[in-house]
Amino acid sequence: MIKAILIFNNHGKPRLIRFYQYFAEDMQQQIIRETFHLVSKRDDNVCNFLEGGSLIGGSDYKLIYRHYATLYFVFCVDSSESELGILDLIQVSCSFVFVETLDKCFENVCELDLIFHMDKVHYILQEVVMGGMVLETNMNEIVAQVEVQNRMEKSEGGLSAAPARAVSAVKNMNLPEIPRNINIGDINIKVPSLSPF
Amino acid sequence: MALKIVKGSIDRMFDKNLQDLVRGIRNHKEDEAKYISTCIDEIKQELKQDNIAVKANAVCKLTYLQMLGYDVSWAAFNIVEVMSSSKFTYKRIGYLAASQCFHENTDVIMLTTNQIRKDLSSPNQYDTGVALTGLSCFVTPDLARDLANDIMTLMSHTKPYIRKKAVLIMYKVFLKYPESLRPAFPRLKEKLEDPDPGVQSAAVNVICELARRNPKNYLSLAPLFFKLMTSSTNNWVLIKIIKLFGALTPLEPRLGKKLIEPLTNLIHSTSAMSLLYECVNTVIAVLISLSSGMPNHSASIQLCVQKLRILIEDSDQNLKYLGLLAMSKILKTHPKSVQSHKDLILQCLDDKDESIRLRALDLLYGMVSKKNLMEIVKKLMIHVDKAEGTTYRDELLTKIIDICSQSNYQYITNFEWYISILVELTRLEGTRHGHLIASQMLDVAIRVKAIRVFAVAQMATLLDNAHLLTGNMQRNGICEVLYAAAWICGEFSEHLENPVQTLEAMLRPKVATLPGHIQAVYVQNAAKLFATILKNQEGNTDSTAAQETSQMMIDRLPLFVQSANLEVQERASCILQLVKYIQKLQQKDVEVAEEVSALFAGELNPVAPKAQKKVPVPEGLDLDAWINEPPSESESEDEQPKAIFTKEEPKHSRPRHTEVDEKELARRREARKQEQANNPFYIKASPSSQKVYQEAPGVEHIPVVQIDLSVPLKVPGLPMSDQYVKLEEERRQKERAEKKKKEKKKRKEKRSGRGKKHDSGPESEEDITPAHVVDIVTEEMPENALPSDDDDKDPNDPHKALDIDLDKPLADSEKLPVRSHRAAGAPKSSAEDGEAENATPQEPKKKSSKEKRDKKKDKERDRKRSKEEKKKKKHKHEEKEEDLLGGQAEEPVVQSEEMKEVEAQPTSTSAEEAATVAEAAPAPEAPAGTAADSEPEEPKDTETEESSSKHKKKKQKKEKEEKEKKKKKKHHHHHHHSDGGGEESVQNGTVEEEEPLPPMSNYCLLAENSYIKMVCDIQGNLQDGSQVVVSVIFENKSDSFLKSMEFNVLDSLNSKLQRPEGSGPHDGLTVPFQLPPGVSNEARFVFTVQSIVMPQKLKGTLTFIVKNEDSSTHEKLDFKLHFTCTSYLITTPCYSDAFAKLLESGDLKSSSVRLEGVNMPFHHLLARICFHHHFSVVERIDSCASMYSRSIQGHHVCLLVKTSGQTVSIDAKCDEPTLLGNVLDEIKQTFSQC
Repeated sequence: MIKAILIFNNHGKPRLIRFYQYFAEDMQQQIIRETFHLVSKRDDNVCNFLEGGSLIGGSDYKLIYRHYATLYFVFCVDSSESELGILDLIQVSCSFVFVETLDKCFENVCELDLIFHMDKVHYILQEVVMGGMVLETNMNEIVAQVEVQNRMEKSEGGLSAAPARAVSAVKNMNLPEIPRNINIGDINIKVPSLSPF
Repeated sequence: MALKIVKGSIDRMFDKNLQDLVRGIRNHKEDEAKYISTCIDEIKQELKQDNIAVKANAVCKLTYLQMLGYDVSWAAFNIVEVMSSSKFTYKRIGYLAASQCFHENTDVIMLTTNQIRKDLSSPNQYDTGVALTGLSCFVTPDLARDLANDIMTLMSHTKPYIRKKAVLIMYKVFLKYPESLRPAFPRLKEKLEDPDPGVQSAAVNVICELARRNPKNYLSLAPLFFKLMTSSTNNWVLIKIIKLFGALTPLEPRLGKKLIEPLTNLIHSTSAMSLLYECVNTVIAVLISLSSGMPNHSASIQLCVQKLRILIEDSDQNLKYLGLLAMSKILKTHPKSVQSHKDLILQCLDDKDESIRLRALDLLYGMVSKKNLMEIVKKLMIHVDKAEGTTYRDELLTKIIDICSQSNYQYITNFEWYISILVELTRLEGTRHGHLIASQMLDVAIRVKAIRVFAVAQMATLLDNAHLLTGNMQRNGICEVLYAAAWICGEFSEHLENPVQTLEAMLRPKVATLPGHIQAVYVQNAAKLFATILKNQEGNTDSTAAQETSQMMIDRLPLFVQSANLEVQERASCILQLVKYIQKLQQKDVEVAEEVSALFAGELNPVAPKAQKKVPVPEGLDLDAWINEPPSESESEDEQPKAIFTKEEPKHSRPRHTEVDEKELARRREARKQEQANNPFYIKASPSSQKVYQEAPGVEHIPVVQIDLSVPLKVPGLPMSDQYVKLEEERRQKERAEKKKKEKKKRKEKRSGRGKKHDSGPESEEDITPAHVVDIVTEEMPENALPSDDDDKDPNDPHKALDIDLDKPLADSEKLPVRSHRAAGAPKSSAEDGEAENATPQEPKKKSSKEKRDKKKDKERDRKRSKEEKKKKKHKHEEKEEDLLGGQAEEPVVQSEEMKEVEAQPTSTSAEEAATVAEAAPAPEAPAGTAADSEPEEPKDTETEESSSKHKKKKQKKEKEEKEKKKKKKHHHHHHHSDGGGEESVQNGTVEEEEPLPPMSNYCLLAENSYIKMVCDIQGNLQDGSQVVVSVIFENKSDSFLKSMEFNVLDSLNSKLQRPEGSGPHDGLTVPFQLPPGVSNEARFVFTVQSIVMPQKLKGTLTFIVKNEDSSTHEKLDFKLHFTCTSYLITTPCYSDAFAKLLESGDLKSSSVRLEGVNMPFHHLLARICFHHHFSVVERIDSCASMYSRSIQGHHVCLLVKTSGQTVSIDAKCDEPTLLGNVLDEIKQTFSQC
């Protein structure tokens, strides 16, 4: 069983957390901190296994992690999982997947992708691991399922349908400060001219 | 209106979405918390709006905030709202949020049941998928119970995407609702052979997860997994299976033998390191479980070690780490094979990766021998010096001590060396393990008498140089060493070279800065030392020296009298007064030395750590009785002085209950004993310890070791242990040379021509003789010592509930809850039944199993099968699908049953349980139905099938015989079944197949008229000693429709029909079905009986309405139910040894009967007794067999059946003679009928 999947950056800021066992929020944060503390002081050229932290699990649990550029991907697993299998699952080497999936789906995954699309990453992750158990290891299958679902979302107009997307494009132009207090009153004035449409 | 919509959407344009939120947080690094709190306010506003899109957006943002550690449980209801949106986009957001923040105590979860059920049955597979994924994270016991059936239906969904998710989530359901495991298991098992690899993998995953916790229940699946292992190409699945086998092998050593070969092949063939590693791991597990008797044992070990070496040599740190990890497993059982790779492991000690170094250290522990101990420790000492981190250094330190002290210092040949090592270790700065070193010093000094001179000298040096240790003692624990040093110097002060100097060192003002407990030891041992000095000095004529010493004591001790530590203060003032008095006496020239040293007289002897346990409790002493009524709070506990050499258990400061239960008391007593046993200062007055006293060789027996004076004894601050390595080498060489000489002599004497004995090889362990005799007490165990309790499982472990026997057939009660409207009408299904019977006459043949070996089980199943058959036909459609799978599954099932046989699980309830299942499945989709389907089918001739033509039977027989042959062939291929034993004598209910048995049935005619025929069978209920179950098959012989059947029995004092609550004692029971023309169906009635020793007849009536097209008449049929004594017996398997014990016990009354003119083969005879009278064969030898059965009330019935010609004699024994007499009568009757 996988007990938790944590992704955080070099400073320990969480980018994605997925616990398969209930922990209260403050406990979750503590686990992240502890895990980060354990993982971050290790060199890059040492092995990727760590006998688990005290917070999750105990002696049966291991941390298996990979360090990618600015991100740590940490899986907390028990002894029923194969260490190398999970490592493969995290990494590219075999046809097993996870980061690979992110790679494919986001063209080149970088920290920013994760920051802004945490929900998407979750959806991908859900196709790989479900309830703490590995659901699918065939990359093509995972990618296919994710894509179908994304298409469905698109056909439904996405979360913030077309007009909002336009606005969001405007917002994404990175204006120093979007006027926060746009008064609906102003728009109200302009609205009559729209009504002929 | 339009305006409003437009306004709404424009409003939404400026709502923050997730990206805006993230960006905002990044832009407000300095006041993040404040920014987020405003965002949360906004989100709260958004959640109040009606627009679901706005809500979904808000929930999406909350999910992000949850990740940052904000509690979002207040929005749980809104999350449920979003989950129930019809749009996939929103639904997905809702489920994601729910999976992140819902848990068992979230109260809105109960609102979701119907929504989730709706989503599960959604036509859109992704809605279902999303619901399953979400559910997997927050499933609660209630949800699990309510949805188990829906999920189980999904396990057979057409889309593999749904199937695999449904299979996987079943594990979570099992955890929360263990009752679902048995009903769902057959289908889960089926999914192991799903055509889709993803589904297969999921099923393997779930079963592996289940089996890991309770492996013994899954042993019967081993053949199936074995097949999968040899056929699957999916590495992930293979790894899981191989890991599972690793868990199973300890339970079934024969499995291990089978595994070695395919695993070895995999090891050779695979290129995937992960798979290779797991294979090696499992092979190791197999080899561990096989203690002996493997011919190619060493080859496999060699292969593993060799492959692991490759892993360890790999540049990949991960492989290196895992290789070492696996190596340490081999080490436990096959240390020799690992030892040859010492070089490699020592090399790993130099690795830059700390995890790897630690692993290598673990390995070293098992690799030391007398020969290489010094060398290895020397290497470790170098590492200690080099180590940068204190944690690693501490680890090294404990490892050095562990390695040296393991199994009573078995590998230490030179204790001087060891003491020097310990002294060297005291120079470590900042170690936490001072107490560990100290306890070692004490232990060695006490137990190795010969080393005391040396140890005392070293300790005196340590005390002299105490300032080196105490420099920064406040923060390190190394000063604990001084505790040991002071004690050793005091206790063995007679060996001191310069006691006065040591005394002076012990009374330095600086000592007052040491921790209290050490000071106390200092003071006490100063007194001991003082006594020794007096004794030495009194011999001299010069009395001033002695007085000077007293004066020094008097001068220095006041410092300790002022100590804040109570212990120190008390001891110091006592001793001070004593010394003052001594001084007075000295001044009067009184000889005091004798008396002073008498204060500390007595030899300290080592005691076996468990000796205390062996103290017999004196008669009349109740240790559990309270001497005084216990105080309500354990106030004194905290005051106890800190134990130094035992780890203190965390004490509960909270008030304890006054009534402490027995267990707790025992535990505490145990702990106390342990503590005392570990305390070297605790005086143990035990007979065994006295024995030890006697056995312990006196001082004079100990060979006095010549200390080589070339060794610098008193060079503080210089490592000297290295010298010993050299010395030891020399010593060994000398010994070897001597030995050689001796041998040469011998050889010369013998003049043997064999030149084989070359001594040049490496010297063996035994050749190395220790330089010191270790006074080691063998650890004695009290005679009645129990093996230490296994690690008791956590009672809260959810997996404990899943320890369920999966081989037992399903019972009536074991159904997944189905929503009520699903129940289908009974008459319709029975009508279908009739059609089906005509339409598929071929089918039963297809199903006929080739397995007939297991007669007993077969017979039990007979009835059930006949019923299942009917039901099967009902599900013709399902049937065909399953047939494919069933065909494949048959073979493993056969094997698994044979495995089961070894376990000899009671299967007696199966027949009636299965009967319940069959009956309890009126609804075509009822899951329990398919559950039973996976059992191998064997059509038997029962009343239902009487209509079937005779040639069909013949065909069946033929088929059976063919299959029999096939099976025999298979035996050679598949050797998974018990390959040893039991061929000449058949055991445990198996009857060897000699020629096919005539079909048998236990159903006997109850009553019959022109409308209806009733046949019945009576079975005891194992679970309840006072119940029998009567299964009645009603067959409609007329052309009319029979309905409103009511079954009633006139209760007797002894037997009563069980009626539903609320009905009167004379009310009839409604038969739960109607019968169309020509159809039969079975109903079951439960009776309670009091006494079972006598047969009994009950009168009863069946009333029913005959409905024709135009009229309907009320009819009735009287019957007599005959409860034979046989019907109270239950087939119970019995091992021959248990059987023999039973007969020997002498509690049984015997009786016998002779049957004449029985002309049937012996095995038919046995089969008949087994079948009709519910016996099982214990053992059969030639024409003699022992049989066993048990009544529902636990009476044992044993038979010895012998045959000669046409005469059969049955000798029987039973603890209830009346019952036995009646059973024998009934047996006689059975055979008189045929």
